[in-house]
Amino acid sequence: MTYSDLSKPIDELIKSHGLPEREVYLDHENSGLIIPEALRAIDDAYRLSGKGHPSITHLMGWISYQALYEATVNIALAINCSPEEIVYTHSGTEANNLAIMGSSELSSKRKKIIVSSIEHLSVIFPAERLEKHGFKVIKVPVDGEGFVNLDFLSEHVDKETLIVSVAAVNHEIGTIQDIKAIRDIVRDKDEGILIHTDACDALGRIPLDMKKLDVDLASFSSHKVYGPKGAGALYVREGIKLEPIVHGQLSTQKLWPGIENIPSIIGFSKAVEIMHRNFKENVLKMTGLRERLINGILNSIDHTLLNGPFGHKRAPDNVNVSFLYCEGEALTVELSTKGIYVSSGSACTSRVLEPSHVLLAIGRKYEEAHGSLLMKVSPFHTTLDVEYVLDALPGAVRRIRSLSPIKPPRKVI
Amino acid sequence: MSSRVPLTYGKKVLELFRNPKNLGRMEDANAEALAGSLACGDMIAIYLKINELTEKIVDAKFESYGCAANIAAASILTEMIKGKNLQDAWKISWRDVSNELGGLPPVKYHCGVLAVGSLRRAIRAYYANRSKPDWLPEEFTQEEKHALEEEKLMETLAKRAQRTAL
Ligand SMILES: Cc1ncc(COP(=O)(O)O)c(C=O)c1O
Repeated sequence: MTYSDLSKPIDELIKSHGLPEREVYLDHENSGLIIPEALRAIDDAYRLSGKGHPSITHLMGWISYQALYEATVNIALAINCSPEEIVYTHSGTEANNLAIMGSSELSSKRKKIIVSSIEHLSVIFPAERLEKHGFKVIKVPVDGEGFVNLDFLSEHVDKETLIVSVAAVNHEIGTIQDIKAIRDIVRDKDEGILIHTDACDALGRIPLDMKKLDVDLASFSSHKVYGPKGAGALYVREGIKLEPIVHGQLSTQKLWPGIENIPSIIGFSKAVEIMHRNFKENVLKMTGLRERLINGILNSIDHTLLNGPFGHKRAPDNVNVSFLYCEGEALTVELSTKGIYVSSGSACTSRVLEPSHVLLAIGRKYEEAHGSLLMKVSPFHTTLDVEYVLDALPGAVRRIRSLSPIKPPRKVI
Repeated sequence: MSSRVPLTYGKKVLELFRNPKNLGRMEDANAEALAGSLACGDMIAIYLKINELTEKIVDAKFESYGCAANIAAASILTEMIKGKNLQDAWKISWRDVSNELGGLPPVKYHCGVLAVGSLRRAIRAYYANRSKPDWLPEEFTQEEKHALEEEKLMETLAKRAQRTAL
């Protein structure tokens, strides 16, 4: 990236776009708002406890260490584990990398890594990287709604398997996997296989109890639970020995050297605490907003497909719809001019538009993936927000479709 | 692999995306062409009305399935060629389109390329059953080749994806 390329046009672009009168931010997949209490906690941390280094022996060090410990106890309470089982990283991406790369030196015999075909790239890429070091990566296929094919999994786990990694909730299509069933299949074959779940999008959306879930490793990301950016965590079950993947002077944690981002961790902890405390009402609220949004879109706009499952096996915040005959990136910009911020399932990274690997894995065609929008409601949205989106969407889709040389066929009634 | 930055096209792109000029099908076009495909995620149709005596483009329109830059590239190209004779219109390169838009970001160069590719296809179509002028090369130009390659590549990729899914 060269900033000099950007600095001029981006200024003009922002001005030319203008500030919409009303805004509804639905791009919580990529990142989003921070809970005000968490922001306040961070502010306090920077001025008070976050000043020092938590591994140094003087008053400021002790205060920092205490603050870090209290934040960790809070998170441990929410997910039911012990504070010693939590390793902080600076993002969910890093937590997933630590789980996959950090386990790679555990055994010289286990050379197979099994992941689902719809994992986040922060699981898939480190796994693929290990292929260069003699590992074999198996991607378990999923069905049309994103559920992992358990028979395929069962056929492929064996004594050579190092780790099995499946996200509890898929980040794009909201599929809630049966992690306990996956765990049992794996353990029945061989108790020495590590089980990792990327729980970045599960925390605050489905009940998460590390004791009951009984996996070995689980990843979390602060900004995905309306905490600040700059903090992530890996749950590492007691007794599991990983190797660090970054190296340097240790601070309080063996697995992640360098200073902990204490203010962000404190904010993360506050966000987790609040999401945990309000879990039931949050889920109820998000589910209501999600259903209104999904039904509103499918009922008012022709040639639409819901991506991911309907109903209770879908994350309460996830809405992912393909608008056929409508290019997603254009629709994203069109909605932006109306103050609605969403993301599209295809990204223009090269000459061609790259469709999301998740949508391809559930059997969507390229053109169906290109027209997809991902929206995530939060407990902080109102029904009025959703109604505003439902008012604006049909017109936006109609306009983008009207530009295209290929028009949708008329529905025969 | 490339890093991700937000696409920062010039404000001209946003303007033309919001209010495209020369949008729509042309019923009485005497040359037209389509480049790209739905699977590629970008597709441009160019329609030309050409004065047969002077070989001047008297009217040009476009339709586009694609991102904001794609729409703007097709729209600005139709503006650039109106009133030009076919030989001068042929000479317009994707860089000219990009410059006219205030500079496309590198990942969006192909939008300019596709717009020019589809214009040149339309010009070739015009001469399909007329005597070809000297300036019209036999060989495909870079922009035309690009459009063809993109269409072929996506066909292969889409087939492969269908095979591996489910
Ligand atoms: C399921 C999942 N895993 C990992 C990540 C990466 O987390 P981070 O953005 O903190 O790097 C995300 C973020 O979107 C995610 O949704």
